[in-house]
Amino acid sequence: MQQIIRALLVSLWFMFLTFPILVIKVDTINDIIVWRWMNALYIGAGVLLLQALWHAWKHVHALRKEDRDRDAVAWAVLVCLPVLWLAWIATRNTDKPLHVADKVFMILVAPLWLVDFLRSPQDRQPDWHDWPCMILFPPSLLVRAYLGLFRARGEAVSIPGVEHPNLLQTMLENQKAMRPLYLLLLVLAVCYPQMVEFYQTNIMVNFMIWIVLGLGLNIVIGLAGLLDLGFVAFYAVGAYAYALLNHHFGLSFWYVLPIGMVFGAVCGLLLGYPVLRLRGDYLAIVTLGFGEIIRLVLENWSSFTHGPSGISNIDRPPFVTDLSIMQATEYMYYIMLGLLLMTIFVVTRLKNSRIGRAWLALKEDEIACQAMGIDKTKTKLTAFALGATWAGLVGVVFAAKTTFINPMSFTLMESIIILSIVVVGGMGSIPGVITGALVLILVPEWLRGVEEYRMLAFGAFMVMVMVFRPQGLVSARRKVYQYDKAKAVNAHE
Amino acid sequence: MGRPDWSQGAGGGPFPGIYFKRVGTMDYFLELFFGGLTRGSIYALIALGYTMVYGIIELINFAHGEIYMIGAFTGLIVAGVLGTLGFPMLGILFVALACAVIWSAAYGYTVEKIAYKPLRNAPRLSPLISAIGMSIFLQNYVLLAQTSDFLPFPKLTPDFAFMEPLRSFVSTSELFIIGSTLLVCVALTLFIKYTRLGKAMRATAQNRKMAMLVGVKVDKVISATFVIGSALAAVGGVLIASHIGQINFYFGFIAGVKAFTAAVLGGIGSVPGAMLGGLILGWTEAFATGYVSSDYEDVFAFALLVLILIFRPEGILGKDSTQKV
Repeated sequence: MQQIIRALLVSLWFMFLTFPILVIKVDTINDIIVWRWMNALYIGAGVLLLQALWHAWKHVHALRKEDRDRDAVAWAVLVCLPVLWLAWIATRNTDKPLHVADKVFMILVAPLWLVDFLRSPQDRQPDWHDWPCMILFPPSLLVRAYLGLFRARGEAVSIPGVEHPNLLQTMLENQKAMRPLYLLLLVLAVCYPQMVEFYQTNIMVNFMIWIVLGLGLNIVIGLAGLLDLGFVAFYAVGAYAYALLNHHFGLSFWYVLPIGMVFGAVCGLLLGYPVLRLRGDYLAIVTLGFGEIIRLVLENWSSFTHGPSGISNIDRPPFVTDLSIMQATEYMYYIMLGLLLMTIFVVTRLKNSRIGRAWLALKEDEIACQAMGIDKTKTKLTAFALGATWAGLVGVVFAAKTTFINPMSFTLMESIIILSIVVVGGMGSIPGVITGALVLILVPEWLRGVEEYRMLAFGAFMVMVMVFRPQGLVSARRKVYQYDKAKAVNAHE
Repeated sequence: MGRPDWSQGAGGGPFPGIYFKRVGTMDYFLELFFGGLTRGSIYALIALGYTMVYGIIELINFAHGEIYMIGAFTGLIVAGVLGTLGFPMLGILFVALACAVIWSAAYGYTVEKIAYKPLRNAPRLSPLISAIGMSIFLQNYVLLAQTSDFLPFPKLTPDFAFMEPLRSFVSTSELFIIGSTLLVCVALTLFIKYTRLGKAMRATAQNRKMAMLVGVKVDKVISATFVIGSALAAVGGVLIASHIGQINFYFGFIAGVKAFTAAVLGGIGSVPGAMLGGLILGWTEAFATGYVSSDYEDVFAFALLVLILIFRPEGILGKDSTQKV
């Protein structure tokens, strides 16, 4: 009873909160006021429903160990709602697009799936009395079933160095289970442009560009722990380097690719050097300032950068024969795939190298690091420079892909999205960055059908991931060095 | 709507007629001075929210600019409703301000409960991303519920007769903004210094664990901080919206970034620092726009920030936080 009253109060609070903005619409020119009372009702009912679902979800998870058949209420709520939803979709007019169902899915069902996926204990196998979960939460069930193929039932899984592994993490750490998946992914990636439309290929190139940007920033933030809010500046440097060199000197893509990397690295050093004294959020705001300064200079120094109208007609990467636009996109796709694989390889190697370990140590404790003889300035500068290198590299690719750039592609929002990719995915983790780019770039791109609610869901999603999984979707796992006694004895002998 | 849109950093600024006057006259200087003071006051009002929240939970509350925007929207809606009912101008101003304050405070409180409270003990960057997500969510919420167009904001401050001789360089609404900011800042300073809640806030900012041990209800103090910060931002939002005459859903974001810059400039976590930082930023922008070039207005603001932080990494009035072992 108390819970019901509380739920009602929360609903009322949200109705009050959204009252002026959602209910009243003022047209100050014609002095007309539109009252939309139904919106208040929707909000009230929606908030009530969300709370009911949330409590039901908590209930089912709490009951897992006990006999859950007794709890009729949770069952009723949990089973009825998706059944109703499915019935809704099944009976809808098939001529119309999936609008309402899409919205219901995005607002109610998808978040629950996500919560279940992120929170459910990782070592449980599906069994027959999981059936409400099977209906309600198919994604986590599928993953469990797949993992079940690779290990004996009930075997506890622990991952050294990770505190709360979730299903995704368990899967990634399970090498045996991942190998066929990686292979499948690679084959899929190679065949992808042949299977889908030109537009989808284009989206995929974009997606890979964001992954590389994320991996670059991951070096600065995830490994070295330096909060950089102006990362997009290096991306802009790479893009403008190619655009201008191509425009004035006709240099081709393959020459500028390494030049762009060097430019990125040099800019990283130049910007990094004066700000290294700053810590934490001060560093963030100064890098933000630098990023904005570079964008504003690009915008206003018209004689050099062509100002806000940008540079157009940039050459695509040359090939032995002339390519149509579609073929050029495919070609770009394979170039980017190659660069991505190279980036992943290099960054993985870097992470466990001497300098990678120095970054991690510096992130943990600067003073202890200096006591151990790690050169603080040099290490931090390397992180800045190596992070910026990748941004410079994909900047060149971006300019070659779009054949047109202007300063609007390099705003603060882009920096923020790269940062979100790294943090939502899981700081310091390479599969994490890829997952982050997947959920923050690719999924919104696919959801263009529900255009107007896309960004709303994007914001809500970021909050939700952080609230339910603050360490990111895939938390970083550090390499564990184990002392192997037998080996040590052997070596000694 | 040919007005320059300063909220998006497009140059220009709320200086009517600035480009037609002769550079170098006293009037011109005074106009820039008061324009900068107005702008700085608004930055200070928003920056106070940033700095108070940062002082207590060390979080850059990126959604704060959105709270300011929501305050302005609430003000606009209330003013529109009252306007059609035929209320007098000053009456509308006060009711709109009160409503904006109430609803902004409610939003601030709710945002804290949903997006930051569960993350008290999380890694440092998680609440930051949560705040960014909240900011995107609120922007799009207003965009969907209202409109993406610029809405004209009614003028809420009357032109007083005694202002006539001063009109060439300062307008009534500018004086109104400066006056209200001064009032709010004094009230806030007294509040923090002398009331029980203010003392609890300072204690929590100094050391949360110790404050908890001596019986300060830390959760309540944090909520109160968000409520006060949001209320201040709402005051700024309504006043500036009425001054520049138009708003849209995006106008909180850049203003928020600038105000955060001001807070850092003055030394984040310090209340007088936020006021000082706001004023310095406002004047820098105004004079740089007036005497140098309006294209590079934001460049000057950020360059100043970078210079100050390089030579004084903890901000002008910030406490020196030497790291100890």
